[in-house]
Amino acid sequence: MFDLFTDYTLRTVALGAGVLGIVSGVLGSFTVLRHQSLLGDAISHAALPGIVLAFLLTGSNEPLPLIVGAGVAGWLGTLLVRAIVRNTRIKNDGALGLVLSVFFGMGLMLLTYSQSRPDASQAGLDKFLFGQAAALLRNDVITIAILGGVAIVVVALFWKEFKLLSFDPEFGTVLGFRMGSIDVLLTTLVVIAIVIGLQTVGVVLMSAMVVAPGAAARQWTDRLSVMVCLSALFGALAGVTGALLSSTGARMPTGPMVVLSASAIVVISLLFAPNRGLVWDWLRSRRTVVQSGPQDQVTGRL
Amino acid sequence: MAPTPATGPSASGSGVQTTGDGDLAIEVMDLTVAYRDKPVLWDVDMSVARGVLMAIVGPNGAGKTTLIKAILGLVDISAGRVLIGGRPYEQQRRRVAYVPQRGSVDWDFPTTVLDVVMMGRYGALGWIKRPGAREKHAASEALEKVAMSDYAHRQISQLSGGQQQRVFLARSLVQDADVYLMDEPFQGVDATTERAIVTLLQDLRDSGATVVCVHHDLQTVTEYFDSVTLLNVRRIASGATREVFTDENLRATYGGRMAWLKTGSPTEAARD
Repeated sequence: MFDLFTDYTLRTVALGAGVLGIVSGVLGSFTVLRHQSLLGDAISHAALPGIVLAFLLTGSNEPLPLIVGAGVAGWLGTLLVRAIVRNTRIKNDGALGLVLSVFFGMGLMLLTYSQSRPDASQAGLDKFLFGQAAALLRNDVITIAILGGVAIVVVALFWKEFKLLSFDPEFGTVLGFRMGSIDVLLTTLVVIAIVIGLQTVGVVLMSAMVVAPGAAARQWTDRLSVMVCLSALFGALAGVTGALLSSTGARMPTGPMVVLSASAIVVISLLFAPNRGLVWDWLRSRRTVVQSGPQDQVTGRL
Repeated sequence: MAPTPATGPSASGSGVQTTGDGDLAIEVMDLTVAYRDKPVLWDVDMSVARGVLMAIVGPNGAGKTTLIKAILGLVDISAGRVLIGGRPYEQQRRRVAYVPQRGSVDWDFPTTVLDVVMMGRYGALGWIKRPGAREKHAASEALEKVAMSDYAHRQISQLSGGQQQRVFLARSLVQDADVYLMDEPFQGVDATTERAIVTLLQDLRDSGATVVCVHHDLQTVTEYFDSVTLLNVRRIASGATREVFTDENLRATYGGRMAWLKTGSPTEAARD
């Protein structure tokens, strides 16, 4: 662990994973509150064909073109989900599932094709499947930090609008806000949060970084601002822990390590968070049963 | 009402020639709304004078909520138009406040009572600007009016149904509007709260505002509201309560179920 302060590669990896954890934690809070947890999954899977196409078109494996490719594909995926929900009788979950699998299938097909090309071995596109934090370079981290920083600044600017969108969008429309545009803006930021994490965590498991920190943070507080900050902290913690675990020793893919770290945070939060935690709930209900009978039990909610 | 040639909202911006009657708070003309080819509202006309307290009454599925949402531009209109104070709604947003059905939001959202009430000021604040001391003051005052001051810093999931309803009312009060549209403001509140809300609505009316409520309890219509619109996809009747709220009109609104309504115990029938 002390290598973190001396080892240049480890420091790069930890920094990159930490920043992407903060960004996905912030944006993930809103996705969780809007009951859109599956959206992250659809975006990250939909990004794969974009990554491969960007590589095939530019021949470059620099971070920016690949991230742009991923972002465009992920964004198109969300637009397609909206279009399906609006114009057909397929509901939101069905549309998300469709887009996710179709885009991911296309991505895998393109990936296989690209690997038959002579220059593919150097590109290392397959690391986008499960993530490889150890492969992060200084350049990657700078890209992650700039894009993520922009996303967080926009959240800070439109804080009030995003809160309105998450709590009561119809009321927002009545107040005169163009809620459709706010929705597109927030979704675009979620896309950014996801694509900057794909190289590190991978398309298959990146959605965990969007859901887990927010879900865990929700257990500890009843304030949106506190929840978003906590979620950023949890995201960073999960990102750094996962990246370090995978970079040292066994060289496991980073995605699974990050997911396991995030899951640990969620489990601890579900059990021990004051007020909402299951353990306190259980203690409280025991006490209430003893004192005043079962009808007064405080029912806890997750 | 004679059909008015539909000029676009932009054309009516210049004012004088438009069809609107400035003395009317709300004018709904030939309004039709359909979901997937099934009409929910059919050719509805409704005029609401300034300074009235009106109930919209009708059976389940009559389109009461849809009528409110159509006035507010929340659902797509198939035909017809809506004027607020003689002008298209888009130009009058600031003058219209809205109380949605209590169940339309997730009350487990991480926020406080005061924060929700302040949302009513967001429209006046505009984009990006944050609520400050003025907004907080307005919200506190509104909470006082609905007797919820003690709950200002409560998390909203800890509120009872009646308290949630009062929070939504307070949020509409800080919108500081002339026209209030409310979707079932008495839903799930106890008798004391209902009294308090009625008094509040009547005070609003007496101060010159126009209040229109979707209402379910036929027994209290005459007592609470000075005007009423009877609705069942089509508008059956609309006007002063004592003229419009007749057995004949109710029968036309509720159809076969009217016999049961009249013979059943009053409260049971109305609470349905």
